[in-house]
Amino acid sequence: MVFFDNAATSQKPQAVIAAVDDFYTRHNANIHRGLNPLAEEATALYESARETLRIFINAKYRQEIIFTSGATASVNLIAQTWGRKNLCAGDRVVLSIIEHHANFVPWLQLRDELGIHLDIINLDSQGRLDLVHAQKLLKQRRVKLLAVSLGSNVLGNVEINRMKNLRAQARQRGIVVLVDAAQAVAHARLNVQKLNCDFLVFSGHKMYGLTGTGVLYGRKDLLDNMPAWQGGGGMIKWVSAVDFETDELPYKFEAGTPNISGVIGLAVAVNFINTVGFDTIIDAEKKLIKYFLAQTKKYSWLALHGPHSPVDRLAVFALTVNGVHAHDVADILGENGIIVRAGHHCAQPLHDYLRTQATLRASLNFYNTTKEIDLFFQKLSQIHQQFN
Amino acid sequence: MDIYAQNILDHFKNPTNKGSIKDADITHNEANFSCGDTLRVDLKIKDSKLVDFKFNGGGCAISQASVAILGEKILGKSQTQILKIDFANLKKYLGVPISERRAKCALLGLMTIQNAILKRQGKISKTWHDYLA
Repeated sequence: MVFFDNAATSQKPQAVIAAVDDFYTRHNANIHRGLNPLAEEATALYESARETLRIFINAKYRQEIIFTSGATASVNLIAQTWGRKNLCAGDRVVLSIIEHHANFVPWLQLRDELGIHLDIINLDSQGRLDLVHAQKLLKQRRVKLLAVSLGSNVLGNVEINRMKNLRAQARQRGIVVLVDAAQAVAHARLNVQKLNCDFLVFSGHKMYGLTGTGVLYGRKDLLDNMPAWQGGGGMIKWVSAVDFETDELPYKFEAGTPNISGVIGLAVAVNFINTVGFDTIIDAEKKLIKYFLAQTKKYSWLALHGPHSPVDRLAVFALTVNGVHAHDVADILGENGIIVRAGHHCAQPLHDYLRTQATLRASLNFYNTTKEIDLFFQKLSQIHQQFN
Repeated sequence: MDIYAQNILDHFKNPTNKGSIKDADITHNEANFSCGDTLRVDLKIKDSKLVDFKFNGGGCAISQASVAILGEKILGKSQTQILKIDFANLKKYLGVPISERRAKCALLGLMTIQNAILKRQGKISKTWHDYLA
């Protein structure tokens, strides 16, 4: 099987799967309660995962790492706590056209609720974020938040370095900066102290971890001033029949029994990435990107959306095959053991912008090979012939 | 058997009844939001029978071929007969295996046509659930 759907979710290393098995076999207990040695063991594992994740993105404090069910939950948390408290009618939030629905809909909901304005950064002619347009939007009055992705799950453009100065300028003007790292986190070394951001969100399952895990990083002073999100056990200091006081960070934002085994597995996924090493990952993926891009140029009936240059790029390729709908291609490729995705990839605004209903997406990780890319294009040519 | 049998590909490449009817009695649109396929159908009804049918839309080979093949089957039939067609009947018309992931693609045509008639009759329109439950 050829797995080219890594932007949807990565495959899981055996060590991650084993960690879940090990937790439920040998350490299973609820955390932060119980006053029993087993609970203490489970808590220690869970909290040591927090430290692993802190080091992974170089956060200053462990309180800045909030475990969530994924990037989607992380953005919703920010919108419904920071957003509701700090935004009011007439304020502006700047997004970009490449945003995943997870970083679009929570702000549309807030727009409907509060009457804020949303501004959308366009693409330039190369299929990357238009920095001139971004600057113009950020210079408007009453911009309170810049919420942008570090990398597109469709076009594959990476905006870590390109947007860095703009993020810094925005912050100098008091604009809070949220970056969606869901696509970038498995492919680039992220350092929250150098990225020029106030919030950073990502999911565990796109970085070799399990589904239902994610992280919200927030600057401590911002998190401190945000109201709690979901109420329940684990997030309170005390509760009476008429009142309650929220617990300190990070527990304030972790109501209910969390995904303990998932979080422990996520730390193992981080160890997996560290063992392979970002140098190896980046090097391998750069080779795959160059090879894939070279192949796309060979076929006149194939269109690649997004940047054609391998610089500042993920191995994510949105394609259109002349005369064949993306769903048909994905279905036939799948029947032939090549797993890709077709559709709008949870980025409908982007597909409207590109004036296309659906694209075929091949997304690769370092563990894929050029031989697999050959197979992909071989089969793609056959499908094109069959339909034309 | 392959879902992309010659019959399906032929109807996709050269669809019968593609176009529009100027003085249609019913025009109706539906879309499959999960994939972006869209479909518009024009129906001409005489003495409660379908006397002309045209469709227009964009989508995958399965959705487009399905509505083309369905169009050939329903011409001349009564509205009641058309409303009786279910997913099992449709699968027989298509003559290829329809996997779960392609069920909506195959059903878009049938749903659009039946909802066109239901709309004219002032009845409640069908949803995916009505076909797939």
